Amino acid sequence: MKKALSLGIVRGLIWQIVGTIAGMALVGIIQIIGGKGWSLEPAYVVGSVIGALAFLAGVGAFTDWFHLAQGKEVPEPEEMAYPDGWTRYLGVSYDHKVIGLQYGAVAIIQLFVGGLFALFMRTELAQSGLQVLTFIQFNTLIGMHGMVLIACILLGSAAVANYLIPLLIGARDMAFPRLNAFAFWLTIPATILLLSSLFLGGFETGWTAYPPLSVRGPMGIQGFFIGVFLVGWSSVLGALNFIATIVKFRTPGMTPFRMPIFAWAVLATSLIALTATQLIGLSFQMVLFERLLKMPFFDPTRGGNPILFQHLFWFYSHPAVYIFVLPGLGLISELLPVFVRKPLFGYKWIAMSSLGIAIVGFLVWAHHMFTSGMESYLRVPFMYSTLLVAVPTGIKFFSWVATIWQGRIRYDTPMLFLLGAIFVFLLGGLTGPPLGTVSTDLHVHDTYFIVGHFHDTMFGGFIFPIFAAIYYWYPKVTGRKMNETLGKIHFAVMTPAFLLMTLGQMRVGLLGMRRRIADYDPAMGFDFTQLLITIGGFLVGAAVLLMVYNMIVSLRKGSPAEGNVWESRSPEWQISSPPPAHNYDAPVIVVGEPYDYGLPGTRYIAFGDTHPAPTSVQSATPGGD
Amino acid sequence: MSEPVQPVSLPPSAPQKNSNVKHLVIVGILVLVSTFLLNYLLQASGLLPVEASAEATIIDKLFDTHFAIIAFLFSLITVFLVYSLVVFRSKPGQSEEGMYFTGSSKLEVVWTLIPLISVIILAYLGAQSLTQTLRVDTQALVVKVTGFQWAWAFEYPDYGVTSQSLNLPVNKQVLLKMTSRDVIHSFWVPEFRVKQDVLPGENFVKELRFTPTKIGDYQVLCAELCGGAHAYMNAPVVVMTEEKFNEWITKEASAVIQDPAQRGAKWSANNGCLGCHSIDGKESVGPTWKALFEADIEQIDGSKVKATSTYLRNAILKPRQQMRKGYSNLIMPDTYGTLLTPEQIDDIIAYIQSLK
Repeated sequence: MKKALSLGIVRGLIWQIVGTIAGMALVGIIQIIGGKGWSLEPAYVVGSVIGALAFLAGVGAFTDWFHLAQGKEVPEPEEMAYPDGWTRYLGVSYDHKVIGLQYGAVAIIQLFVGGLFALFMRTELAQSGLQVLTFIQFNTLIGMHGMVLIACILLGSAAVANYLIPLLIGARDMAFPRLNAFAFWLTIPATILLLSSLFLGGFETGWTAYPPLSVRGPMGIQGFFIGVFLVGWSSVLGALNFIATIVKFRTPGMTPFRMPIFAWAVLATSLIALTATQLIGLSFQMVLFERLLKMPFFDPTRGGNPILFQHLFWFYSHPAVYIFVLPGLGLISELLPVFVRKPLFGYKWIAMSSLGIAIVGFLVWAHHMFTSGMESYLRVPFMYSTLLVAVPTGIKFFSWVATIWQGRIRYDTPMLFLLGAIFVFLLGGLTGPPLGTVSTDLHVHDTYFIVGHFHDTMFGGFIFPIFAAIYYWYPKVTGRKMNETLGKIHFAVMTPAFLLMTLGQMRVGLLGMRRRIADYDPAMGFDFTQLLITIGGFLVGAAVLLMVYNMIVSLRKGSPAEGNVWESRSPEWQISSPPPAHNYDAPVIVVGEPYDYGLPGTRYIAFGDTHPAPTSVQSATPGGD
Repeated sequence: MSEPVQPVSLPPSAPQKNSNVKHLVIVGILVLVSTFLLNYLLQASGLLPVEASAEATIIDKLFDTHFAIIAFLFSLITVFLVYSLVVFRSKPGQSEEGMYFTGSSKLEVVWTLIPLISVIILAYLGAQSLTQTLRVDTQALVVKVTGFQWAWAFEYPDYGVTSQSLNLPVNKQVLLKMTSRDVIHSFWVPEFRVKQDVLPGENFVKELRFTPTKIGDYQVLCAELCGGAHAYMNAPVVVMTEEKFNEWITKEASAVIQDPAQRGAKWSANNGCLGCHSIDGKESVGPTWKALFEADIEQIDGSKVKATSTYLRNAILKPRQQMRKGYSNLIMPDTYGTLLTPEQIDDIIAYIQSLK
């Protein structure tokens, strides 16, 4: 018992339960004193917020700040000695590598849960008629599948970025280690609250939570709102930390255009997350208030406007798509040169295209609303801005193709997933313009075409690249390689299965299959295609389980990873695996270009004692100025 | 901007440059072949449902443009990719590095500007297509659509008909005025292509116009998640010839209300009668209908005529022949014989009869 209590997460969970009950009791007492009688929903909302804060207090995320406020000494993160052993992952740690893996573990759990929801839905949809689920269950699952996996993507990206950014830029840790830990520990109560909506009657609205439907339905929507709110808070704080780290913590000689390209992607992502996330929080909070306090923001019979919600919601939720894919696209750019043994083509253009996507991404939100009944003169300008996204995205594709051209391509498992990512993201990209031009969107909006389209962008922009990253950096993290054969089987099963799934989805969507329906008319003739989609979905699930199995088994049985496994120029591969507690024992000095593969005698970094960088810095830089 | 591709050559550079040209020619041919094949496949594989409205024809043209663009860009990227993967693979035992070049500003400018111009053109085409689909016909048939959890109701205000199925005459533009009783729904008939969300609130009545062009049975599907039985929120759409439509709507119109006087009240309201004829005795452009039935009507020549059913029918059908004192016989339209069926006229007379 005492040992269990020494684990931060156990303390946190106990505090969360106590805090929730206390908060609910408080509201209950106020209700009874006020003579209004007991009502569960306000009590749960207040209780869950207090419970979440209690979790953070219990786990110890506030402890140092509390001590600082009291004027007590707190240890500098730089000087902290970290315990070994797996228990350090179950409590507050300020080490970015530990936090990265913590994020990763939660993301994989979410991937499992969210994927499981999808398989329930696919089972229901495998044939027409209602077999497995009721309407309310189905509607709840579509919303949960969406939001749990959005959280998974945010946390998965945070995992990779947390682990890698300080290593890649030669820093000892993130700029704000305590804030980093705080942002991570927010995600635990957030996930619990998000999932709690399953037990509060569910909700009927899908992840978009459009009022008035979200104002009327069961109270499960409140757990959903608060969970999303906390995940969003975590995302904002994480973004702040990444921006500060990338701007201020680069090692000497690492000018902006000598950063690893992944750092540019994370920077662009963080700029969006820092400035847009508030809007989803706001829109959900307004519905929460409309439910609890009867404020008629979106109630047309009392002067509200239901379309206003959609503007607020999509102002985040469209840029969010780029939050989801930019890190993945950055990973493609980061890893491709290693496996084609050639410099990244047009480094600066790729870096700038990430920022370009981030900026244009803010100007396109209303393309989700072409049929919504917003002022119809808004549709044409948003069509122009939407199609503009093709330009920076095109730069990335062309640059990747040019990077691969005339390379010496090595087909290790990470490379397979990179190629899968490019191909799948290409499908996602090419199916975008029919959604961007208004009149064609009138047909495909809210159909399975769009379901196929965004699963292509999410898999191409996140799942495939993140799997490439897992196979690539697993040896760095654990000191052992994952099994290549299993990795290749994983790729060979998942890719065709996934394509079957999304191409099938697009096919039925064009023919008239609406999204978010639990049943469809057998007369439409979709049964066979739906069955194929379901089979594809289950195969994808099986392939992912194979990867998780591979990860677990390789932890003990993988072949030891010695030295620079992939012959990378990147700094993290020049030190031992796993990296020591504070990363680099000697200062990292940038002495060349990050991706000059094929230029013998050059290096990206060197380790100095206190010596300044060698002067042979100006190696060939033909790629623009 | 600095120099373009400079194969800073480690392995001999001249042969490589030649081989680059050779590779590019092969890839170029493959891209073309693949583009045509893929475009053909996309066009031939029946990706879209039947075109059953004028708007569908316009929209499908834009879809065809999209399919051609998709075929080209898909071929461009994948052919380059697959070709590279085969030709530039690292053979077993080789640890050779790739050719060294880090970029080309010229190329980057090219593949920034060409897509930029292309998307502007595409957006222009999109705007044109949208404009065409929004063409307004002032004679459009108006149907009021109400969505609610989880069904549709259609009202033909010009005929006083309410229906659970949307019946439409072919080749005549229909103007839907849509509202919802509860949450957001969305009106979509895949064969017509167009879609419009249906919002609650009287300030949010949304309009949608389209012209059905193909006789047949279709379905309205609610395309916006509206909770519960959203999946089953469908209603039949029947596109029929104009004659059949008129037949149907007349039948519906008389079938709706059992009491002929009530039906008559509706016809007279829908056909503008009450604009000129009051029903409460007030003076107006035309004589009031109150206590008109079987009253003695003074004629221009001073004689009196009893307003029997025959008299009233005649007054409706042949207004120019009326000689009532104090009223011009040139104001009332003489088209009611074509606008109204004999049964409707009977209903209106019954209505007048009821106005004591």
